[in-house]
Amino acid sequence: MTEVSIFPIIWFVLWGLLWAVYFVMDGFDLGMGVLMPFISSGEEERRAIYNAAGPYWDANEVWLITAGGVTFAAFPKAYAVMFSALYAPLLLLLFALIFRAVSFEYRNKVDSPSWRGFWDLCQFLGSFLPALLLGVAFANLFQGIPIDGDGIYHGNILKLLNPYGLLGGVLFVLMFSYHGALWLGLKADGALREKAMKRARTIWIYLTGVAVAFLAASAYFTTLYNNIINMPLLGIFPLLAVVSLLGSRAVIGSALGAWILSALFIIGATFFGVLGMFPALLPSNMDPAYSLTIMNAASSELTLKIMLGVAGVCVPIVILYQFWVYVTFSYRVTPEELKKEEAY
Amino acid sequence: MDLFDVTLLSRMQFAVAVFFHFIFVPLTLGLSVLLAVMETIYYRTGNEQYKRMAKFWGRLFLINFALGIVTGITLEFQFGTNWSRYSEYVGDIFGSLLAIEATVAFFLESTFVAVWHFGWDKVSKKVHLVAIWIVAIASNLSALWIILANGWMQHPVGYHIVGGRAELQNFFEVLTNPYAWGMYFHTLAGSWLLACFFVLGISAAHLLRKNETDFFNRSVRVVAGFGLVLALLVALFGHQQGTSVAKYQPEKLAAMEAQWETKTNAPFYLFAWPDEARKRNSVEAVGIPGLASFLSHGSFSAEVKGLNSFPAEDHPPVLLSFLSFRVMVALGGLFILLALLAFKARNDLGASPFTARLLIWNIPLPYFALAFGWAVAEFGRQPWIVYKLMRTAQAVSPVPGYSVAISLLAFIVVYTLLGTMAIFLLQKYARKGPAPLAAEGGK
Repeated sequence: MTEVSIFPIIWFVLWGLLWAVYFVMDGFDLGMGVLMPFISSGEEERRAIYNAAGPYWDANEVWLITAGGVTFAAFPKAYAVMFSALYAPLLLLLFALIFRAVSFEYRNKVDSPSWRGFWDLCQFLGSFLPALLLGVAFANLFQGIPIDGDGIYHGNILKLLNPYGLLGGVLFVLMFSYHGALWLGLKADGALREKAMKRARTIWIYLTGVAVAFLAASAYFTTLYNNIINMPLLGIFPLLAVVSLLGSRAVIGSALGAWILSALFIIGATFFGVLGMFPALLPSNMDPAYSLTIMNAASSELTLKIMLGVAGVCVPIVILYQFWVYVTFSYRVTPEELKKEEAY
Repeated sequence: MDLFDVTLLSRMQFAVAVFFHFIFVPLTLGLSVLLAVMETIYYRTGNEQYKRMAKFWGRLFLINFALGIVTGITLEFQFGTNWSRYSEYVGDIFGSLLAIEATVAFFLESTFVAVWHFGWDKVSKKVHLVAIWIVAIASNLSALWIILANGWMQHPVGYHIVGGRAELQNFFEVLTNPYAWGMYFHTLAGSWLLACFFVLGISAAHLLRKNETDFFNRSVRVVAGFGLVLALLVALFGHQQGTSVAKYQPEKLAAMEAQWETKTNAPFYLFAWPDEARKRNSVEAVGIPGLASFLSHGSFSAEVKGLNSFPAEDHPPVLLSFLSFRVMVALGGLFILLALLAFKARNDLGASPFTARLLIWNIPLPYFALAFGWAVAEFGRQPWIVYKLMRTAQAVSPVPGYSVAISLLAFIVVYTLLGTMAIFLLQKYARKGPAPLAAEGGK
């Protein structure tokens, strides 16, 4: 391996961290959208679900923009190849997110059951498809995708739907659903809250099964464990995922505690995958030499330094004010809250 | 050979995505500031009318805001999906500006718009006011980073070419790019003016029907003065930007003026019809001698380069640039007149039904003016994606043409649907007027 400066390595880790934070933040509101048709009975409960995401979903989605922006800025070539290779799934994901985002704002603007029904469908599909596609996409990154030396993709959307890719998709849907159910337990009131916590317990069983299957399948389909074998310290991330998932179930009497451990599970799982790819961001399964890595895809050192400065100052501030918002708006979505004119 | 022309389809898709996005952005930029002003008056005076004002215009703001956000997300990813060669080439500079935009501006905007939306009785009056100011500042800051990125495509600075790509050499030069700042001020003034005309037009409709006259007259008075100043600033910044174009992108200027031969004392034709095949104008009428020289170089006798002094393969689309520019300028002139009329009638707009009607019909026109302005900027930069560095045809992704054809179709269908719904809801809630006073304040 040629000599690499520290900056691409730092940005690789931050890149993984940004995706992990995005999965944690948007994960719970996407998860609520997935659960909505299965958990809510009646208009009031559906509105409660929208309002449980109310003050957060927009800012949560900005983590996706940031993750995308950082991929572009820090590893332009990886951004270019990744998103042109994943052309169809990515655009499908974006269209899904568009309809979902608009559903929040537009659903209650016309008093008609069919109008609301349309947006409820958008909310569900707009949550389910991104969860599934993100899982499929990342699982495919973990096992490598067919790109050649010119960064040209030799596959199609059906090739992404291989067994391991689909397992990743199911994992993400369950992971977000569990995360969302706990959030709903935290925010909702009355019967909906109880239903959410009951569902969380059920989903946990499936999630644990699929997570174990994914860890096992990763040994067969990917080389994610190689870095851990070379550097056993990295084993803390799959360990963190496993411990947090078990811990989350153990403390499920407290929705907040279980939610925080679910967030740690997501972070552990994401880092297990991302650090397993290191130093590649986009491994090629045609020839490892075609992989896009921190060596051949990174931006100039000057850009990486400036970005690190900006991120170092701004991201802590972002975290601070977002934390303030979560604390300030930590009310339960009660029937009185839903009567307010600003409620969704 | 591919059945479809990937470059053409990708350009069409990007044009659809970016023009649609910019239907919603300018109102966000301008109305956020106006909302902040309205709420500041409420905070200072305690007059409930201004709280109703913030809520009424705020609801329209939020309907519009949602589409601005979601259509912006697709744009960020389209550089990768459709313009991957471009992304590789410029990511070092262009990508970092987008990433910084998300980190310093977009987070603020999205977080605090929620504080404002849901915070009426959750945070103090002061914090609520601060929230809308943060939204206003952050959205306009966000526009700055985006325009710095676009300005770099127009007039690349602070870079050097290393290993076949543009790398950052001097960040300060990128941040102080004069071309980008010129674009920024012109765009910002135009966007704020659009928001003023939006408020004026809707208020005029209510005032003609004598509905909530106190409320809408006050709304008019908040924006009429801004509107007049902004209409003048748009023209001033536009002129400034014209000289910048003359200096940095002479081909674009020649296309905007449909001027084929290099001339001193170059006339400004009110009307012309460029014939791009024969490289001359088939019609030229009402030329004002020296005005094109004056507008682009500040002197009536200055030399203005004609298109024929540049290689034909570097010509932008002349007809499109010329017509877009003429329509934009004509609309800009009309806006000064309308802003003046509105300012004169600001105390009782209902008593000036002629002005009021003009203001209603005018609501869509600033949208067109902004779209034509961007058409000049973007079509006028062709055939380059990064001026003089990379041609648009070299920038597209190696994706199959049918993929782009399908996604373009999807964009058109989805955006038409969303656009229709947004306009429907904006009309519905604009017509509805503010909530009655009694139901307001609800404590």
